[in-house]
This record gives sequence, structure tokens and C-alpha cells, in this order.
Amino acid sequence: MKIYADNAATTRVSDHALKAMMPYFQEQYGNPSSLYELGQKAQEALDDARGRMARLLNCQAREIIFTGGGSEANNQAILTAAKLGAKQGKKHIISTAFEHHAVLHPLEALKEEGFDITLLDVHEHGLVTAEEVAQAIRSDTCLVTIMFANNEIGTIQPIKEIGKVCKEKGVLFHTDAVQAVGHEPIDVQDMNIDMLSLSAHKFHGPKGVGALYVKRGIVIAPLIRGGAQEKNKRAGTENVPLIMGMAAAMEDACENMEENSVKIRQMRDYLIDEISQIPHSVLNGDRQQRLSGNVNFCFEGIEGEGLLLLLDDKGVCASSGSACTSGSLDPSHVLLSIGRPHEIAHGSLRLSICEDNTIEEMQAIVRAVKEVVEYLRSISPVWTDLKQGKQQHII
Amino acid sequence: MALYSEKVMDHFRNPRNVGIIENADGIGEVGNARCGDIMKIYLKVDNDIITDIKFETFGCGSAIASSSMATELIKGKSVHEAMRLTNKAVVEALDGLPSHKVHCSVLAEEAIQAALKDYFTKKGLPFLTMPMTHRADCSCHEC
Repeated sequence: MKIYADNAATTRVSDHALKAMMPYFQEQYGNPSSLYELGQKAQEALDDARGRMARLLNCQAREIIFTGGGSEANNQAILTAAKLGAKQGKKHIISTAFEHHAVLHPLEALKEEGFDITLLDVHEHGLVTAEEVAQAIRSDTCLVTIMFANNEIGTIQPIKEIGKVCKEKGVLFHTDAVQAVGHEPIDVQDMNIDMLSLSAHKFHGPKGVGALYVKRGIVIAPLIRGGAQEKNKRAGTENVPLIMGMAAAMEDACENMEENSVKIRQMRDYLIDEISQIPHSVLNGDRQQRLSGNVNFCFEGIEGEGLLLLLDDKGVCASSGSACTSGSLDPSHVLLSIGRPHEIAHGSLRLSICEDNTIEEMQAIVRAVKEVVEYLRSISPVWTDLKQGKQQHII
Repeated sequence: MALYSEKVMDHFRNPRNVGIIENADGIGEVGNARCGDIMKIYLKVDNDIITDIKFETFGCGSAIASSSMATELIKGKSVHEAMRLTNKAVVEALDGLPSHKVHCSVLAEEAIQAALKDYFTKKGLPFLTMPMTHRADCSCHEC
């Protein structure tokens, strides 16, 4: 039995999305830039996909650029704001300490070019407030970039309030909504979002395709040059099949959002309630302001990689913020940002579920997690010391 | 290719010599929880021969496998032979470790050395081989 509980990493492509892609590989394979009918049909398909996605975000079709995924969209949004800011002598950017690396690393690169970066604290619950954003805005601030929902701990930021603050202060507002699109209601106009990044494979679409919404009037800086595609803002022949799959998946996700989230939240709450019963464990991220499908725990006395390997042996696919799983030596910057000490952050587990999961699977996950945590603790010298009172419990 | 060799997975899934020895003749503990690895080795020595050895490890799959393999390599050997155990021997016995995991084998060697040092100290004997703290092939914060 295989239980897939790593939907924040990627999702299974839905039947509908797969079906929507298929005609564009061998039948409607024309280049959208070609003048003959085969090409023009592809162009029409792209226009159609763009229009459908725009409706779901409540923006105009021309405000959507197709990209090669969420990371590219984030890079392009940040570069766009930085270029506009630099022209006006504004070189201050506000973000948070727990953004995805696809935001943090471009910001680090800008820092080397003389930009001043403020990373807001996300506190113990993994949330920023609009007031904190307002206080951080200066006369030279050119961008506020704050993720809609965190990829590890699932906390949902007060995007509408932040958008309002940015609008009042006249500062561009970008949100990395890769984890939120298709899972949380989003209206770019109502929320005063100037730029938004999304990625298809987080909502049962294909990998390697995403989009950037950029409000009309903002001059977009291209990352890839060499063609007139996407109005000169993203060179390269459009990936028509993947874009069609993305549009189909996004429609499904948005249309079924309410129904899905009721089901997913029920399973999530079951997991949280059950896993909380493991002694010396702690839920990471605010319990209320979180994605329907996100569960993230730290367990004292164990390390995350062993946890994942043994869960895999029991058929459960999950992820961890431990250093060992990342190939680096530090545990997740997200867990450190909410104040988890290193030794606790190493023992983390993220389960991210979707509507395809079942309550029976949740029961099996709980059994597996309890067994594995207990076993790893039984061979851990840290746990022995904690049990014997030689060390104090942190959680 | 999978992250770990079959050998590593076997020693991770079925670690040999896990546990604690009460009244051990030598105990060594290395690493720290902050970095995500701690190994603790317990030795029982009779006539300079390691008659029993146990370990406890807090760490990733390769840390557990390295501890298990290191204990297997020196169980039944003399303390003098055990002193010559290198991290390289542990890596080879495990059919290799990914480069960013070599650190785990270094920790296993250091844990064994620390336990031996404790044994020699308890017996009032000099401990000549000092554990090495710098490894060219290790990428951890400590080295």
C-alpha cells in the first residue's frame, strides 16, 4: 500500500488535466506563433487557457504571463519590482524570514547589488501582521513580497490586509501563492495584489509550468530574452500542452475548492488531534490560519530523515525539515524562523494531504507515525537522557 | 540511483548492537543535537578484547547505519585493533555513503575512539591515539 501525503511537494496530475493536455502533443501540435491554421489553433487554445485562468483570479487575460513554474514566476516578479525601484532610487524590499528560497535567494542576490532587504519576523505561530508590514515600509521601499501560504507549515498570511496597506502606501505587493492557488479563495483585485506567482503541479496540474499575474501598468522585466512570446516578456515557444493541463487543473481546483477543503480539513484535523497525543511533540504553525491539507510536527529526541525512511518502508510518503533531508547541514529556515531550536527542528515531519486521500489512510499514517517515533526514540541517546532527567524537555 | 546503498539501508533498518550496557568499561559520546547527530558507544572489555558493544544514535539513516557498522567491525577485536578503526573503513564496509553523509562515518569513528579513551582512562592507562577532528572529506560545521 502506498499513501501519498506529500502534496505540498507535488501532486498527482488529475485525469481531467491529463486529458486536456493530450491533443496538444500529437494533433494540435502547432507553434502558436505560426500563421497557418495548425499554429493559430494552438494560439487560440493559449488565449482560451489564459482567459479561464484570469477569470479564476479575477484579473484580465493580458495580465497573465505563462512561465516555466513558480520559481521562475517569483524570480521575474522580484526582478521586475527591483528594476522599477532602482529607476526611482528606491532600493528597499520587505519580505519575511520564512519565504521559499525562490524568493529569498533572488533577494540575497539583490542585496549584493545594493538593495536593502527587511525580513519580517513571523513569530511563534508563523504569521505576520499588516501593521508590521506598514511599520516596515519606508519612503524608498519598492516592493513587499510575502507568501500567501507557507510551504512547510501551511500558515496563511493576512494577504488582503497587507494588500490594503501596500496600496495605501503606494508600494508594489507581490505574493508567492504557489501553495495557495486552487486551495484558498484568491481575488487579486479585492486583495490588492499587484503580482502573484502560481505553479500548476501544486493543484494536480503538470510540473514545469506556472504563471505570473502582473497588474496592468506594471512594466514587466523579462528573465528570458530571444522571442516575442508573451508580449516579449518571456521568450521561448509556449508549452501549449502543459499550459492546457494547468488551466484545466486550476478550474477543477477552484470550482471544487469548498467541497474539497471540507473533506481535507476533516482529515487534517484528525491527523493533528491524533499526532498531538504523541508525548513531547508540537504542531508547527498556527492551528487555525493554515492550509486545509497541511500538518507539520516536531518530535523531541529524533531526527527527521530516519523518520521519513521508516515511514517510506510502511508505505507513507512524507517530508521533513531536517538538515539531513535537505542535503544541507542546517534544519529548515522555516522552523528556525518560528523559534524552534535546532535540535527540535531536526525532528520534523510534514504531511500534506489532498482530496484523493481517505480517512482510512489517515488512520494508517497515525499508526505508522506513532510506531516509528517510538522506535527511533528507543535507540536515541537524547531520548534516554530526557527520560532519565539528565536533560530537560524543550517541548 | 537510491540515496543509500543496500548495505546502508540494511544496517539502518536492522541496526546491530543497539542498546545500553550497564556498568560499561568504556562509554563515548560525540556530536551534538544542534547539528542533528549524537552517537553514544558502550564497551565491555575483557582481557583487552571487546566482548560486547552497544550504541544509541540520534541522527539520520546513515548515522544509524554507520554506528551499527562501526560496532560490527570492532566487536570481538582487541582494543588496540579497535583504535585503528577509520571512518574510511566504515564507509567501505557500507558500500559507500553520499558525500554529504561521510560526516556520519567520521562521527562513528570518533565515538569509538571516545569510548576507548574512556576505557583507557578508567584503567589508568595512557591513550595515545587522539581522535582527529579535521577531515578533508567531511563537510560538517565541526570539521
